[in-house]
Amino acid sequence: MKLLASRLRRIPIGGLFGGAIVLFWIAMVLLGARVAPHDAGEIVDMDVFLPASAQFPFGTDYLGRDMLSRVLHGARYTVGIALAAALIASGSGLILGMVAAVRRGWLDAVLSRALDTLISIPSKMFALIVVAAFGSSIPVLVLMAGTIYTPGAYRIARSLAVGVGAQDFVRVAEARGEGTGFIVREEILPNIIGPVLADFGLRFVFIVLLLAGMSFLGLGIQPPNADWGSLVRENMAGLYEGAPAVLMPALAIASLTIGMNLAIDALGGRDALGGRRRSGEAG
Amino acid sequence: MAAALEVQGLEVVARNAEGVETPIVRDASFALAPGEVLALIGESGSGKTTIALALLGYARPGCRIAQGSIRLGETEVLALSARALRDLRGRRVSYVAQSAAAAFNPARSIMWQVTEMALLHGIASRQEAEAMAVALFRALALPEPERVGDRYPHQVSGGQLQRLMAAMALIAEPELVVLDEPTTALDVTTQIEVLRAFKAVLRARGASAVYVSHDLAVVAQIADRIVVLRDGVIRETGPTGQILSAPAHPYTKSLVAAAAPVPRGAAAPPEAPPLLVVEGLVAGYGRGGRDGMPAVPVLREVDFAIRRGSSLGVIGESGSGKSTLARVIAGLLPMARGSITLDGQPLPAAIGQRTPDQLRRIQLVFQSADTALNPRRSVARILGRPIEFFHGAKGAERDRRVRRLLDLVQLPAAAADRLPGELSGGQKQRVNLARALAAEPDLILCDEVTSALDTVVGAAILDLMDGLRRELGLSTMFISHDLHTVRSVCDEVMVLYAGQRVEAGSRRAIQAAPWHPYTGLLIASVPELRPGWLEERGTVSAPPDRAGPACCTFFPRCPLRQPGQCDVVPPPVQHLAKGSAILCHRSEAELLAGAEPATAEPLV
Repeated sequence: MKLLASRLRRIPIGGLFGGAIVLFWIAMVLLGARVAPHDAGEIVDMDVFLPASAQFPFGTDYLGRDMLSRVLHGARYTVGIALAAALIASGSGLILGMVAAVRRGWLDAVLSRALDTLISIPSKMFALIVVAAFGSSIPVLVLMAGTIYTPGAYRIARSLAVGVGAQDFVRVAEARGEGTGFIVREEILPNIIGPVLADFGLRFVFIVLLLAGMSFLGLGIQPPNADWGSLVRENMAGLYEGAPAVLMPALAIASLTIGMNLAIDALGGRDALGGRRRSGEAG
Repeated sequence: MAAALEVQGLEVVARNAEGVETPIVRDASFALAPGEVLALIGESGSGKTTIALALLGYARPGCRIAQGSIRLGETEVLALSARALRDLRGRRVSYVAQSAAAAFNPARSIMWQVTEMALLHGIASRQEAEAMAVALFRALALPEPERVGDRYPHQVSGGQLQRLMAAMALIAEPELVVLDEPTTALDVTTQIEVLRAFKAVLRARGASAVYVSHDLAVVAQIADRIVVLRDGVIRETGPTGQILSAPAHPYTKSLVAAAAPVPRGAAAPPEAPPLLVVEGLVAGYGRGGRDGMPAVPVLREVDFAIRRGSSLGVIGESGSGKSTLARVIAGLLPMARGSITLDGQPLPAAIGQRTPDQLRRIQLVFQSADTALNPRRSVARILGRPIEFFHGAKGAERDRRVRRLLDLVQLPAAAADRLPGELSGGQKQRVNLARALAAEPDLILCDEVTSALDTVVGAAILDLMDGLRRELGLSTMFISHDLHTVRSVCDEVMVLYAGQRVEAGSRRAIQAAPWHPYTGLLIASVPELRPGWLEERGTVSAPPDRAGPACCTFFPRCPLRQPGQCDVVPPPVQHLAKGSAILCHRSEAELLAGAEPATAEPLV
């Protein structure tokens, strides 16, 4: 406990703040439906686009539903899907990248070229085509976003792993006759985990924005369910009245991405071979 | 005469992670007369580089010049503003760093970079600056002084680049040049030429210089006075001759003593059956041709044997293939042709084909413990893994063995819980060695294990290894560019040049002439611990820019070459009366007559 406290104290305040926001939203993924004052589809007032009040802190939407409840329910889709997709992208990118870096040869060539091909397709276009072909459902969205962001995660993980793999301690493990699994897990992973986590956060943010964009176009989560992107879209008409209904989900997206970025910055100070970079240090 | 430089009560402090400041240089005072060369000597962490940088009014990040005064002529360096410091640096004080390769911009021509300082300070027009640069290139004995400026840094050799860096530092004709270990990364044969060029050009220009080094023998050649540093405190200051012949401080005495090699091991190899036999070894990089020769051969037809319990030294300049040899034996780079036999059993070329037992019996220890130990794993885990892997020991039994290993390499048991980053360089190298011992091998391949260490720490590692070799009956192959080290720890010595074994023999045989001309060159290039040695040495031909002809690889540099024979007919193996075998056309008598005068004192 004491150790944890001293560790926490070393993280910059912005990182703690960002981490708290991200944790809050992740908690809402699990608990959002339970803490929300109303059901997501429940019409609470005949008046639409009500301004913020004590009764409805985020106002009401275009059908007179409680916006706070809608946003809390939406966390499950926005944060949950993005988290699942980012885990798929970073996880598969990390594993493939490390294996390619250690094995080299034809495996590396095949993987790298295949993923280069994927990276050359514009991500929005790829997303639109997938949704057009398979329809929009949660598994399709998760797999689609996960696939789009795998090549980037692979590139980062591979180049970090190639750097660590050039170190003599990896040669020693090879000379001992260790298998690829051990070298990847014990020798490489601990030395690249910091930047990889930072990259994971970044990918998560990209996916949140991609999904919000898809939903805004009406191609993401389908009604009656709604993620934050579709909440913005639904309530576009309220923009001219300055209704909180359109601002609040946008603010939720902003708070999530900013929070994640702050948390990443606190993590990102670690370089590939351990040791924190001190500010102002040359090189 | 007014002092060119006067340092009074200099204190530099460093801030650690908790923000607490501790002095790393305390109360340093010394003075430098115009035209004098002063050496700052000490181990790593002694504060010598910190003082050198302070002379430019610079402190590394995390460090701060806390108090004291540095007077350069009439100027108080520490009182200058950032702007005034910019005018001072390069113009009045200049700096030559250890690694010229890292100090040059690879994307700019050499002339552009050398003249930059003069143009920046506006002391010469471009044409004048280029003329000054060419004059400096000539003074520094660079080949083709008119044209070398048009090249890019990767197109010249390391020794040439180091001299070009000196040209860069001298172009603005500064009053003071700070040289920070400028020859440490160079081969001995190159070092001589660089030292000679530095010395000549400093003398001709009458510049004062501060020469930072850990190597007393190098400093003896170039410095007028020596300042001995330890733990940030000046221990002794005196003229070079006095420091070398009559050191007063006990620490200086230990430094002088450590510079002279202590013979270890037996003079003759023990009579034992060979453990490792290598025959006709060819290895290199790139796809092999039809005849099995790789596209870039690094080792050609190397034969040798290591007896059980004996130690073979492998020496050669960088690029001679000595590290590749260790990688080939360890299986990291499969050989293209030839055979390796371990205890009578043929050893497959690649790791994948070797049995776990074969892998266990040969262990590799790398030069730099910084990169050879995983920085995220504790010492216990680093040592525990080979024990688990090769011997299947787990839990308490493994921990017991880890403790025994730490004891064997004379580390406290508490070191087990540390990360490598929390250990000193010498301690890390001990862990590195302990990991090889954990496998309980028959043969340990040591690749430059002491070259990254200070003299005193390195000597302790050598003592430890020698003791372990006797105690555990290990065989070792000891790779080094340092003749002193090899001669002091090995029973047998093999000299590699351009991937060929040019000489092999017992330690005793290697100490006496006649040698292969290349061995002679290496022996004569190791600086001796006395002033004036550099002047007595004849010139040494530097490594050629291009690879030599296919016959005798040493032909372009050989002082005894016979055109018409040596560059046409491959040299035969010749057995000398002293017991060593060499690869040369010359007869024993010719070699003896042509050898450099053997000034090295006998070791045994």
